[in-house]
Amino acid sequence: MIDQLIDSFKKFELQLNGASKNSWHQIRKKAMESFSEKGLPKAKNEEYRYTQLGRILDKKFQFSDLSMVGRDSIHGENILFHDADAYHIYINNGIVDKEINSSLIANGLIILTLQEALGKYPKDIEAHLGNYSNKNNDAFAELNTIFSYEGVFIKVEKNANIDKPILLHYSGTDHLNQSIYQSRNLIIVESGAQVEIIESYSSFEKEEYFSNHVSEIVVEANAHFNYYKLQNQSNKTYHVDNTYIAQEKDSVVTSYIFTLEGKIIRNNLNFALEDQNCETHLFGLYVAHGDNHIDNHTVVNHKFANCFSNQIYKGILDDTAKAVFNGKIFVQPDAQKTNAFQSNKNILLTDTASMNSKPQLEIWADDVKCSHGCTTGQLDEEQLFYLRSRGISKSSARGMLLHAFVDDVLDKIKIDFLHDFVANEMNNRLD
Amino acid sequence: MSKDNQILEELTSSEYKYGFETLIENDSAPKGINEDIIRFISAKKEEPEWMLELRLKAYRHWITLEEPTWPNVHYPKINFQDIIYYSAPKPRKELQSLDEVDPELLETFKKLGISLEEQKRLSGVAVDAVIDSVSVKTTFKKTLGELGIIFCSFSEAVREHPDLIKKYLGSVVPMTDNYYATLNSAVFTDGSFCYIPKGVRCPMELSTYFRINASGTGQFERTLIVADEGSYVSYLEGCTAPQRDENQLHAAVVEIYTETNAEVKYSTVQNWYPGSKEGKGGIYNFVTKRGLCKGNNSKISWTQVETGSAITWKYPSCILKGDNSVGEFYSVAVTNNYQQADTGSKMIHLGKNTNSTIISKGISAGKSQNSYRGLVKIHKRAENARNFSQCDSLLMGDKCGAHTFPYIEIDNSSAKVEHEATTSKIGEDQIFYCNQRGIDTENAVALIVNGYAKEVLNKLPMEFAVEAQKLLALTLEGSVG
Repeated sequence: MIDQLIDSFKKFELQLNGASKNSWHQIRKKAMESFSEKGLPKAKNEEYRYTQLGRILDKKFQFSDLSMVGRDSIHGENILFHDADAYHIYINNGIVDKEINSSLIANGLIILTLQEALGKYPKDIEAHLGNYSNKNNDAFAELNTIFSYEGVFIKVEKNANIDKPILLHYSGTDHLNQSIYQSRNLIIVESGAQVEIIESYSSFEKEEYFSNHVSEIVVEANAHFNYYKLQNQSNKTYHVDNTYIAQEKDSVVTSYIFTLEGKIIRNNLNFALEDQNCETHLFGLYVAHGDNHIDNHTVVNHKFANCFSNQIYKGILDDTAKAVFNGKIFVQPDAQKTNAFQSNKNILLTDTASMNSKPQLEIWADDVKCSHGCTTGQLDEEQLFYLRSRGISKSSARGMLLHAFVDDVLDKIKIDFLHDFVANEMNNRLD
Repeated sequence: MSKDNQILEELTSSEYKYGFETLIENDSAPKGINEDIIRFISAKKEEPEWMLELRLKAYRHWITLEEPTWPNVHYPKINFQDIIYYSAPKPRKELQSLDEVDPELLETFKKLGISLEEQKRLSGVAVDAVIDSVSVKTTFKKTLGELGIIFCSFSEAVREHPDLIKKYLGSVVPMTDNYYATLNSAVFTDGSFCYIPKGVRCPMELSTYFRINASGTGQFERTLIVADEGSYVSYLEGCTAPQRDENQLHAAVVEIYTETNAEVKYSTVQNWYPGSKEGKGGIYNFVTKRGLCKGNNSKISWTQVETGSAITWKYPSCILKGDNSVGEFYSVAVTNNYQQADTGSKMIHLGKNTNSTIISKGISAGKSQNSYRGLVKIHKRAENARNFSQCDSLLMGDKCGAHTFPYIEIDNSSAKVEHEATTSKIGEDQIFYCNQRGIDTENAVALIVNGYAKEVLNKLPMEFAVEAQKLLALTLEGSVG
């Protein structure tokens, strides 16, 4: 497979014309070196222990041609939230649609493709692109660094308060049969700025493809950033998402991830708290059915004192669905007075569903308060009985309890149209 | 703050108090491991042919294995050819009374504060004293014999009860289980064997005192406890070792097998030499402990107080195979100076209505690293399984680390699994509360730590609880009084 990739990389280099000399390409080469040493995660890789992605992808997909894929026309009206009050950007098969892009204007907001940004904001690109994803050595992030060409560059200028959320529509079509798409974002929220970004993933056709996404996000001092991901692809799509968020002093970041559909979905969400007084919230909700396989890995790395992080991830598993949760909290020696909390709760609806949970705390500082809690079980018999004794049918009692279970995550959504959509999906799924 | 620093200073400078060496003439094998050494051990132990075959099979498998590197501990690579695999105290004749025991040996026990005669006379504990791999003394054997309980050294069991050994040896920890268990299967020199017959409730606590002696000796103990239908036994294991500069390897295997309605309670106090305060020397403790709840309604309970060893690497586990079986794990692990511990428990639920509890309390001080690593696995057919895990860590000083790696794997919807973990230092408000009531900071810390570990210490048998508290205090001396 690695040989295939090296060939593919050579083809890719030829397509780049003169671009193979710029700094971005040096990052690609570096990632290629690191990747070719280890390849995709093997069976015994601890990080991919419960999600044998390497093996599955190797069998299913052709790694011989990872070069740029042709653009497909996008049918705007078919896309979820196309009429929502937001700044829309469409990304199909990993390629940014420029026409729709050009209608975007707001004070202090800059949205470009990465290629454009390379010309206009070379300093930002040089300072940040690949800087976070390469440190982590995740094979899929490296694969993305090697082959991604296009992507979205968002810069929110100092003290700008963006009035509407930015909505990134990701979709995939399978015109090459079992294609692999790479998409990439670089988001810079400058000091004092406020912005909300939504990434919505959907697919038009129920065909197999593998999308491999990387987002690198820098949130500067005193900035506020709300970051939503809605993963609602088809039950044949494979999706790997690597997100790296670096927070600076006094910044507040809230991330939300809603996973509703996908054959195998793997999310690596990495927070690095690079200065004091950062606040981080992580909310997650996954509702898996059929043979969905949903894997959430999160890392919160506390490097400095007086930071706060709180994580709530909840899941409901039906049919033969599988879910994996691994939440790591690191508290480095200098991060005194850290408060870090984590909770993962799961409900299994059938005996064929399974849940693997691994909450992990690693602490090197003494003056901290850290805790994690993790529960897995079914609906409480006594609660069901209570409702039924008051004349509520079994199925609606069950629905009520499931709703109550997901509600404390749903309530956290601050964007109405997104909240309504997710709540509505929950209604359809749970009743 | 200066008070705190002073306490930490004292704490990190406290020396290992049980460091001394008994001068007993040794009968040792040459350094290194190969088939000849294994034949030598087997011949020395006058073992039957089948036992030797088992050892050789394990050895041949062992050489194909690689040393595991996944635990969260760091140490220089062990040279397995630099270890003496057999060393026995000279007087090997069977002893009937304490008078025949080497006086120097008795002196050793006296220094430890648990002299055989005291134990024998006052507490009614039968002690199978293991000094450097060979049992030299077994007390209370006759009393136990009347009930049909077999409690003897492993080598004696191989000679006298070969059927039981053949049936149960390796039934819980198979020969090929892991790197160190396989090594142990090949070279184990002695250990204890305990068999409780049907319906018998063992009237006393059974206890083995492990003690590492003789420089450069790896100690490979093998313990096998079989509790037949409806029986009960409480088993104690405790250890101290002399001060020494080179690292010593200890790779023991403990197997527990319980039939229907049987219950085994296994308690450990581990206080091997933890290395000097600069992190030099100390014991490497790589132990495989596992219990199988074979029959319905059976119960296995592990309690451990871990204060010693430079590196501790052990996961007492329960396989809950029988319906309604119960597994428990209570642990206090204290690390100080440069000690490293990676310990926890595995609860594997296979039967219906099985129930397990994990309570783990870690205390790290000095420059030590303390990890909890555990697995709770609910199998597809394990209806109504229940698990509660709690692992708390207490940090003392800003140079130590606490880590938790719980694995929770659930394949059945009727399971109820809860896991909780907290990490914190002793709250300033708690200390203030005590100060305010006239308790000085040092005593306040002692009070709080004792309260913190109480849940586990309470599970220890009387005789052990006292010693465990002493050890806890000793390990954290200066800060917990």
